[in-house]
Amino acid sequence: MSPFGGFDMPIQYAGITEEHNAVRKHVGVFDVSHMGEVRVKGPDAYKYVSHIFVNDMTGAPDGQIFYGMMCYENGGVVDDLLVYKVNDNEYFLVINASNIDKDVAWIMKNAEGFDVEITDESPVYGEVAIQGPEAEETVEKVLGIPVKDIAFYNFKTFPIDGEEVIVSRTGYTGEDGFEIYGSHEYIRKVWDKLMEAGVQPCGLGCRDTLRFEVGLPLYGDELADDITPIEASLSMFVKLDKPEFIGKEALAAQKAEGVKRRIVGLELEGNAIPRHGYAVEVNGEKVGEITTGYRSISTGKSVAMAMIDKPYDKLGTEVEVRIRKKTFPAKVVKKRFYDKNYKK
Amino acid sequence: MSKIEKECRYAESHEWVRVDGDIAVIGISDYAQHALGNIVYVDLPEVGDEFEAGDEFGAVESVKAASDLYTPVSGSVVEINEALEDTPEAINEDAFGTWLIKIAMSDPSQVDNLLDAEAYAKICEG
Repeated sequence: MSPFGGFDMPIQYAGITEEHNAVRKHVGVFDVSHMGEVRVKGPDAYKYVSHIFVNDMTGAPDGQIFYGMMCYENGGVVDDLLVYKVNDNEYFLVINASNIDKDVAWIMKNAEGFDVEITDESPVYGEVAIQGPEAEETVEKVLGIPVKDIAFYNFKTFPIDGEEVIVSRTGYTGEDGFEIYGSHEYIRKVWDKLMEAGVQPCGLGCRDTLRFEVGLPLYGDELADDITPIEASLSMFVKLDKPEFIGKEALAAQKAEGVKRRIVGLELEGNAIPRHGYAVEVNGEKVGEITTGYRSISTGKSVAMAMIDKPYDKLGTEVEVRIRKKTFPAKVVKKRFYDKNYKK
Repeated sequence: MSKIEKECRYAESHEWVRVDGDIAVIGISDYAQHALGNIVYVDLPEVGDEFEAGDEFGAVESVKAASDLYTPVSGSVVEINEALEDTPEAINEDAFGTWLIKIAMSDPSQVDNLLDAEAYAKICEG
């Protein structure tokens, strides 16, 4: 077991490759109880969440979910998160485990002057993610929860065993799937049922290889307090036409002036594997750094996401990646190494 | 329980050495391949490269991480196992039957300082 955000987490159960393939081809389940949950309630809930969140939830129906970031005034990212709209006066925020303390402090601090009640519900909730093309069938048959009608990035609550269980069609793998939030007791039951049914348990190892292949960022790799969403090539989630949000001015300026560096995909020639922190070079000079890299399990290619200085970020640009004592030629490509299979 | 081969000598960093005259054949132990999981890439030196005992001579990579390889003896590389370029998983299948490099030893007496199978087994038990 490896320590992660205060939890002891398995990196793998059967092996990263086997678990990865189970999710791509069939179904797998992740215990993601380490994730943080924060509830925002009150007459100013919409106004307040809009204030700290870069995405725009205006006009959204109840039950819709938004992905986006909380940013500092300078545009750096506090965390990336999911915002669940319960109703106009209540939102449920799902944040990264390693950032819970920092996020909760940030959320509390910025709530001054807003009529909202903020509760850190992280200790209360357990969470499992059931992912893969057979996820819907698994949740319906093994858990008996009717999820067929839940659309992508939407959620429903179900009264089960005397509690309100939250089920959303979301995930971090690029496959169809669901995330279920409930008490630790309930989540343990869910886990046991899935194990009995023979669903592949999946660890943090393949969680990373799966999200990486479809170009999803990980806070600490592609996002950080000194990386903006624009630099992370995630500006589609930053709604600069919103009247205001923390970081808007800095991000608008960056968008207008253009960034000096950004996250791109790289494909290497040969079999060497680029890893986080390895240098990217052009003519022997460092022009960037690998943020995540793997031999893609689904395609067999050595690929990476990297933060690269302009103008070397253009598609097709030839660069070199320094791996130990040697350098390997690589090419800038789209940072999606495997196509998503969402059910929309 | 990992396999440990009696005729081999071992480094604490989990490389094995099989001596053939002045040539040291070097690989990684069954314990090491187990700990690494699926090996997907092996980075080996060039024939002719010279190393001192304890030098890093390459790396084995699993899906998740790269692990450095250290030569237990000094000398120059006379052969590398080129088949590993295409079939790195051979190490997982048979760690003792899959060598990485062969070194012409400059000081064969260094082998005497390496762990025997019994001492290495103790290290693996932790």
